Amino acid sequence: MSATLTNAGTTRKAAPPAGARAKRLTTSAVIKIIIGVLLVVEIYPLFWLLSSSLKTKDEIVSSPLWSLPSSLQFSNYVEAFTTGSLGRNALNSLIVTVPSLFLIIVLGAAAGFALEVMLWKGRNAVLFLIVGGMMVPLQMVLLPLFTIYYQTGIANSYLPLIITYVGHGLPLTVFLMATYFRAIPREIFEASTLDGGGAFRAFFSVGLPMVRNGIFTVALLQFFSVWNDLLIALTFNIDSKLSTIQVGLLHFSDEYGAINYGPLFAAISMLVFSTLAIYLAINQQVMRGLTAGSVKG
Amino acid sequence: MKHVLGNKKAIAVLLLPALLIYLGVMVVPAIWSFVLSFMDGSPVVGFEFVGLKNFEHLFSDKEALNALLFTLKYAIIISVGQILLGYALALLYTFVLRKSSTFIRTMVFFPVVLPTVAIALLFGKLFSVSPQEGPINSIIGLFGAPAVDWFATGENAFIVIVIMDLWRSMGFFAILLYAGLIEIPEEILDSARIDGAGGLRLVWNIVVPVSLPVLMATIIFSLNSSLKVFDSILALNNGGPGSATTPLNLLMYKTAFTYGDFGYGSTLALVITVVCLAATLLVFRSSRRDLTKG
Repeated sequence: MSATLTNAGTTRKAAPPAGARAKRLTTSAVIKIIIGVLLVVEIYPLFWLLSSSLKTKDEIVSSPLWSLPSSLQFSNYVEAFTTGSLGRNALNSLIVTVPSLFLIIVLGAAAGFALEVMLWKGRNAVLFLIVGGMMVPLQMVLLPLFTIYYQTGIANSYLPLIITYVGHGLPLTVFLMATYFRAIPREIFEASTLDGGGAFRAFFSVGLPMVRNGIFTVALLQFFSVWNDLLIALTFNIDSKLSTIQVGLLHFSDEYGAINYGPLFAAISMLVFSTLAIYLAINQQVMRGLTAGSVKG
Repeated sequence: MKHVLGNKKAIAVLLLPALLIYLGVMVVPAIWSFVLSFMDGSPVVGFEFVGLKNFEHLFSDKEALNALLFTLKYAIIISVGQILLGYALALLYTFVLRKSSTFIRTMVFFPVVLPTVAIALLFGKLFSVSPQEGPINSIIGLFGAPAVDWFATGENAFIVIVIMDLWRSMGFFAILLYAGLIEIPEEILDSARIDGAGGLRLVWNIVVPVSLPVLMATIIFSLNSSLKVFDSILALNNGGPGSATTPLNLLMYKTAFTYGDFGYGSTLALVITVVCLAATLLVFRSSRRDLTKG
């Protein structure tokens, strides 16, 4: 690393002496090796996953690991879908994720607006109370919540998951939304009320459109945290017909994974590559949001 | 015009839904959980007040002590790894790759968004020894060494857990730290270079001190998330063999849902909360002391 930094510093200056050039050549070779190793480490596990998911049972057991499948076997994928209930699990995940995400965004943005743009006594204290929720570990609320859901008789529905995801997602969302609203000059909101618009118009027609990039960032963060969650989904899942995809995959692995590798690989690979596709489609926005968010925070 | 943005009704409509759900899901249950740690029972059999019994049990419970020690060992090693790898990657992005770092950043970041369960099952197979040898054991075999049964001992399983969790999280920490590094004004770096500082000296004397606030926030974040480890270990080896790699969180989950002991489970949840708070305060205080010194 020491040589690389010097190198970065001198690239802008013209005509380095010969010794420096030799040093630069070795430096750039070292960097290329580092990047090569990095790429192999990142990509190889997924490549192996994909190629294993396309192999027949005999091929998986007998042939060397780095060998490619002799022919593309999609039967593992068919089997993954037909033996377990992964299709049903994926649908459950969608049924839970979409309303959770919608509520987190709408309620979080409204609360962020009420706490940052609206003027009233005690708003800082309430903001502090909500943001403090980020420090409370989920484990601290799981058992009482389970008791509530169990005793109110809603444990056998999608509601426990949705309610918990929303409550747990709100602190970070309110914090970020308040930060985004803070960045907008107050005069804009005051001008909108001068035209005779009420507080709701200031929120819906002025506030929300101006923070839409922020909303997108929050939606992404929350999507991945809800979609990939295991702890909440596992705790409140009583009826296996309601299992989310993460819980379903875990059960699938327990029931079929030890005997039959192919369908398990296919199931993992479907989940991994569909999530990856979503990520790649919106990757630029994720990066921008993450860097912007942490700088402001 | 002030009164429109001070409209009490509007404030209530905008704020109350979020506030009530938050209070109902996070605040009330957290207090309730604290109360539960003085009780025995479960929602099925009912609860009974037992005073400090759970805490007395806690201090003589070897399993809880082992879980606590494992959690601390895991959190320290993972946090050090995340910060070192993340910082090295962030330096690579900022000073070496510069404008062309987008592709590498994307490649290193993507495991962050993948489901932990899927990654854990995948790593279980990568390191497996039977019925089919995984690629890691095949590579070991190439060097003539015998295959390792990675999940037969706590030490080996721990190595797999560390490798897996660093693999999937280092990209995230690299981005967090990168966001701090690109904020460093070019003039500061240039003037340091003119003074003859280069390489590691530049990093140690200029870059690290300037990015210290971001670094501290990242360390707190890293400790807090690694102290709560659950998904990856549950899906990889369920804390085994035996309970050799069981963190507090998993022990709490098993206590409550496998053994139906909600009271003692709540006591363990309280331990997790206290440990997280203590770690945060510790880092926070030491960082403030450093800042006043520097």
